[in-house]
Amino acid sequence: MTKHRFKSKTLPAISMVGPVTIWLLVFVAAPLVYVFIMSFCGLDEFYNVSYHFTLNNYKRLADSNYVDIYLHSLIIALTTTVVCILLAYPFAYIIARTKSRKKNLLYMLVIIPFWTNSLIRIYGWRSLLGTNGWINTFLMNLHLISEPIDFLYKQGTTIFGMVYCLFPFMVLPLYTAIEKLDGSLLEASADLGAKGPKTFFNVILPLTSGGIFSGSIMVFIPCLGYFFVADILGGGNSDVIGNLVERQFQSGNNWPLGAALSIILILVTLILVKIYQKLGGDMDSLGV
Amino acid sequence: MGKNIVELTGVNKIYGTNHVVKDLTLTVEEGEFLTLLGSSGCGKTTTLRMIAGFEEPTTGSIKVEGEAIEDKEPYERDVNTVFQSYALFPHKTIYDNIAYGLKMKKVPKKEIAERVKEMMELVQLEGFEKRYPNQLSGGQKQRVAIARALINRPKVLLLDEPLGALDLKLRKQMQLELKRLQKKLNITFIYVTHDQEEALTMSDRIAIMHDGVMDQIATPTEIYEHPATKFVATFIGETNIFEGMAKIVDGDTITIGIENGDITGCGADFAAGEFITVSVRPEKMKYSYEPVEGFTIAARIVDYIYVGNIVKCVAELPNKTQVKIERLAGEEVPAIGDVVCLYWNKEDAVLIHNLDNRFYQAVENAVFA
Repeated sequence: MTKHRFKSKTLPAISMVGPVTIWLLVFVAAPLVYVFIMSFCGLDEFYNVSYHFTLNNYKRLADSNYVDIYLHSLIIALTTTVVCILLAYPFAYIIARTKSRKKNLLYMLVIIPFWTNSLIRIYGWRSLLGTNGWINTFLMNLHLISEPIDFLYKQGTTIFGMVYCLFPFMVLPLYTAIEKLDGSLLEASADLGAKGPKTFFNVILPLTSGGIFSGSIMVFIPCLGYFFVADILGGGNSDVIGNLVERQFQSGNNWPLGAALSIILILVTLILVKIYQKLGGDMDSLGV
Repeated sequence: MGKNIVELTGVNKIYGTNHVVKDLTLTVEEGEFLTLLGSSGCGKTTTLRMIAGFEEPTTGSIKVEGEAIEDKEPYERDVNTVFQSYALFPHKTIYDNIAYGLKMKKVPKKEIAERVKEMMELVQLEGFEKRYPNQLSGGQKQRVAIARALINRPKVLLLDEPLGALDLKLRKQMQLELKRLQKKLNITFIYVTHDQEEALTMSDRIAIMHDGVMDQIATPTEIYEHPATKFVATFIGETNIFEGMAKIVDGDTITIGIENGDITGCGADFAAGEFITVSVRPEKMKYSYEPVEGFTIAARIVDYIYVGNIVKCVAELPNKTQVKIERLAGEEVPAIGDVVCLYWNKEDAVLIHNLDNRFYQAVENAVFA
């Protein structure tokens, strides 16, 4: 009897998990292993990958020029994250606490940009912000300015583009956290003598900190890798780690070095996620 | 007792087209345990929330100790609330939960520690200071919620169905405990519940609300024995309702014709021809195998319901209306199939002006059209 039940239960289990496992092995595990192996390889005289073990790539990554870029990209990612929190928190709060039909409209405003490729949207910003772009032309025609303003190729512009691209990733976890907040806790706080700001810092903020943290992870990590934003809006003046990786694989034609950089980026990501988990973060709200 | 601590005058609350509280006037005396009783959606919680400051009355005034507070924010009012869901702060320890109100008022730390300790003793939760709300049982959370509100020494404590989430046994225990606390601290309690038994056990006075209107405010005994409206009569305890028209008014003895015959009751201020609702409690019902003066309703006994210490007899009138007769177990009851004459002491019947009777309206329209 039990044997029969066992059999009928395992067969579908394998048939369901099997394809997923194969898919993961082929499309996730294998490439990662390949990148990992390549990061320990060198180059031959024709700049082809030569498969012999070396630690040279990692040694090169400890070079101060690279370290500068790591720090720089950490600063960009951190600034982006902070700006995102400051902008997204009030926005998410309003959407989550609005009872009217406007709620869906506001929510859609966050979602709709997702339907267009972010690369295209960043190019859009470039044509808006360029020296002959719409904004400068508009201001010139109004005679508000005599010279076009140099928006592009500045660190601030890169951060602006990052914030623009990653804003929804901050709004959504915050929205979830704030919506889960029990309204009677806010009433209880007011009832016990706390004014608005006190309620915010004593009750609302601590209870939505999970949302802030998962939003931060979801903004910070992609920010280190969004090379195209730094390329298109920053013009090479404000690179992130992603730019280094891209350059080694493209113009630099040094795949092993690029692989080593990728491994570093993956490690940073894993460490951050681990910290997040240690602080009691919910993996589901990261979408993993 | 004596002086009025809370006064609501002509309070209305309208949400869109929904008139939730209708022209409510209510005074609560100092040190009183007042219960707002009614079924869900009757406006009792809205009333409480207006006193707490979470809702603003559409019109009318709310005074606490003679001072109008309807424009004040919740944090400016000397009233505290115990929420139905407890609303304990999940990220704070029990100590910090209870101390919250005093911290917000910037009371010195030493005094906070003393007062929290005192409160924890009062609600018998010593030793739970460092725990978090999710580590407590429902009853313990309830005590924390009460302590957190009482530590602020409010002039009035508002309780919104505080025992709703507890099981029956715990609820009974907490009822007595709340009553004990209230007497000991001599704080005015305004208590919202839909549980009539709870209201009868705990309250000094009960205000019964129905469709946003306060039907009656009186002591539990008064409410049970002299309900002011048909709703109150049916809502509190079991009752038998007869509707008819006053045929003969002889002093305070009134003979009322109902569909199945005549009945008699006692009441002042009724006129012949008036439509009257009569409420008679099942334990006051009598039966006889002989005709009784003033009563001409016959009924057939159709069923028995045995509920431990009492027996309920179901009698059926010719128009199939069922009437309940209640007796203590062991007392004499008629046999099933018996046809009896139903009657009661005329003082035991409660006569209510039948104003909301659509039939009455129809007759009036027909007569005056």
